[in-house]
Amino acid sequence: MSVLVYTESDKGTFKKTALEVASYAKTVADQMGTTVTAITFNADDTSVLGNYGVDKVLKVNNSQLETFNASGYASAIADAAKNEGTKVIVVSSSADSKYLAPLLAIKLDAGYASNVVEAPSSTSPFTVKRTAFTNKAFNMTAINTDVKIVGVSKNAFGVKENSGSATAEDFSPAIPELGVKVESVDKVTGQVTIADAEIVVSGGRGLKGPENWGMIEELADVLGAATACSKPVSDLGWRPHSEHVGQTGKPVAANLYIAIGISGAIQHLAGINSSKVKVVINTDPEAPFFKAADYGIVGDAFEVVPKLIEKLKEFKAQQ
Amino acid sequence: MKILVCISHVPDTTSKINFTEGDTKFDTTGVQFVINPNDEFGLTRAMWFKEKQGASVDVVNVGGPETEPTLRKALAIGADGAIRVNTAATDGFAVAQQLAKVVQDGGYDLVIAGRESIDYNGGMVPGMLAGLLNANYVTNCISLEVDGTNAKAVREIDGGKETVSTSLPLVIGGQKGLVEESDLRIPNMRGIMMARQKPLKVVEPVDANTETASVKFEKPAPKGAIKLIDPDNVEELVNLLHNEAKVI
Repeated sequence: MSVLVYTESDKGTFKKTALEVASYAKTVADQMGTTVTAITFNADDTSVLGNYGVDKVLKVNNSQLETFNASGYASAIADAAKNEGTKVIVVSSSADSKYLAPLLAIKLDAGYASNVVEAPSSTSPFTVKRTAFTNKAFNMTAINTDVKIVGVSKNAFGVKENSGSATAEDFSPAIPELGVKVESVDKVTGQVTIADAEIVVSGGRGLKGPENWGMIEELADVLGAATACSKPVSDLGWRPHSEHVGQTGKPVAANLYIAIGISGAIQHLAGINSSKVKVVINTDPEAPFFKAADYGIVGDAFEVVPKLIEKLKEFKAQQ
Repeated sequence: MKILVCISHVPDTTSKINFTEGDTKFDTTGVQFVINPNDEFGLTRAMWFKEKQGASVDVVNVGGPETEPTLRKALAIGADGAIRVNTAATDGFAVAQQLAKVVQDGGYDLVIAGRESIDYNGGMVPGMLAGLLNANYVTNCISLEVDGTNAKAVREIDGGKETVSTSLPLVIGGQKGLVEESDLRIPNMRGIMMARQKPLKVVEPVDANTETASVKFEKPAPKGAIKLIDPDNVEELVNLLHNEAKVI
């Protein structure tokens, strides 16, 4: 009967989204008068999950599942859900969770709602608020199946601490033969990724060329931020596609989004709309981004950004 | 190789989003509909398989007659035939069930869909379809090669990418990267003329159940006014971000 949450870890350490989905699961469990069970893969120390409302942890340690595998992980989570008699499964909006959730839905005949931004407004009928039209609207969605899967948007619900402790037990589900095998993983190390970043610094065509990205990277470095770019910049090949944010690129749900030399096309604004605080720096006061941002500077990025870096360095030094 | 490309009929990315009937329905007034961008990258990759590897390419949409111009556009781009399943796309699971029937009847071994549609952003149809067909599945796919029944794909992951090997039957959730933006094809006059001659088959839906229901839409709260900061006083921005917005 407990709410089951898939808490993602990287090399044994829980991601921030794992703590956020655990917090969400705790809220749902309270609404339904039940407990929270988490499922983890190849994570050793799971005690931290107790601080976010998890009562019990099912630890899967399986060499076949050392790297993420959507159908393998979905199969394990489905088994756990059946064992626990789970009615609600909570996952995140990471690339991996979004990959496995539809497979899990089919295994359990469960309805699935992705990009959910709030706790259920009602548990009967089970109704959640999710983003639609690439953040241009919200959609209240009812999940009418016996088992329900909720995909929680990043940085929408927040991490909520809870004094508690989690018991842990080993869980060894049978893993079917896997039809998709990971050959190699190419991950940037030592850099903040757009998916995990609290702050994102983004550059547009106003920067005139890829050679001018040094100051964007420096600003990102001072803030501990990820770098991103607009669609034209990635189409021109100035920056890799993986940095393109917007409707056909990556969504950004950061605490702070700083747009430099980006005019703010509707597709770009849709992609970054879930960010909490937006700052725009642009020479053109008529740029649409000024209507979407919280703070703005009308000015030349090549003058403003170096000054901003300097002031931020002074500020950081005082902290 | 028989390829089926799933085409979602979505409002153009520049559309203003409004709702009618007590905020329960999307307001299509004055809205231009296009091929879902994530699907168009997949369709263009399918054209490569057609031209280089002799694959046949059909396109499919689950929807009413109003989606036919979008299917015709896919034919004009170069698909061989189109299928429309004549029913409203109610939820992801219902659509996946309709598509599963089309795949089984047509004997397709590669299905390319978009990672998500840009209207409902559910991101579930290709995965559910793979689950129903018991086919292999790779989403967020940015590269795809097929050799006989073996396939090699690259999937974008948070903070990087991952190369996987798999085999047909296979369902792909595609996105930009599968082909480049500059590879996208604008239908030419010959393509448009030929598209009129190509088969667009309307099939009746199978019985399918839904799992979710859209209750209501809401628009985000209007944005407060922007605070402008003098470019000669960027220190003020640092102060505001720290003391007012509390984000640094």
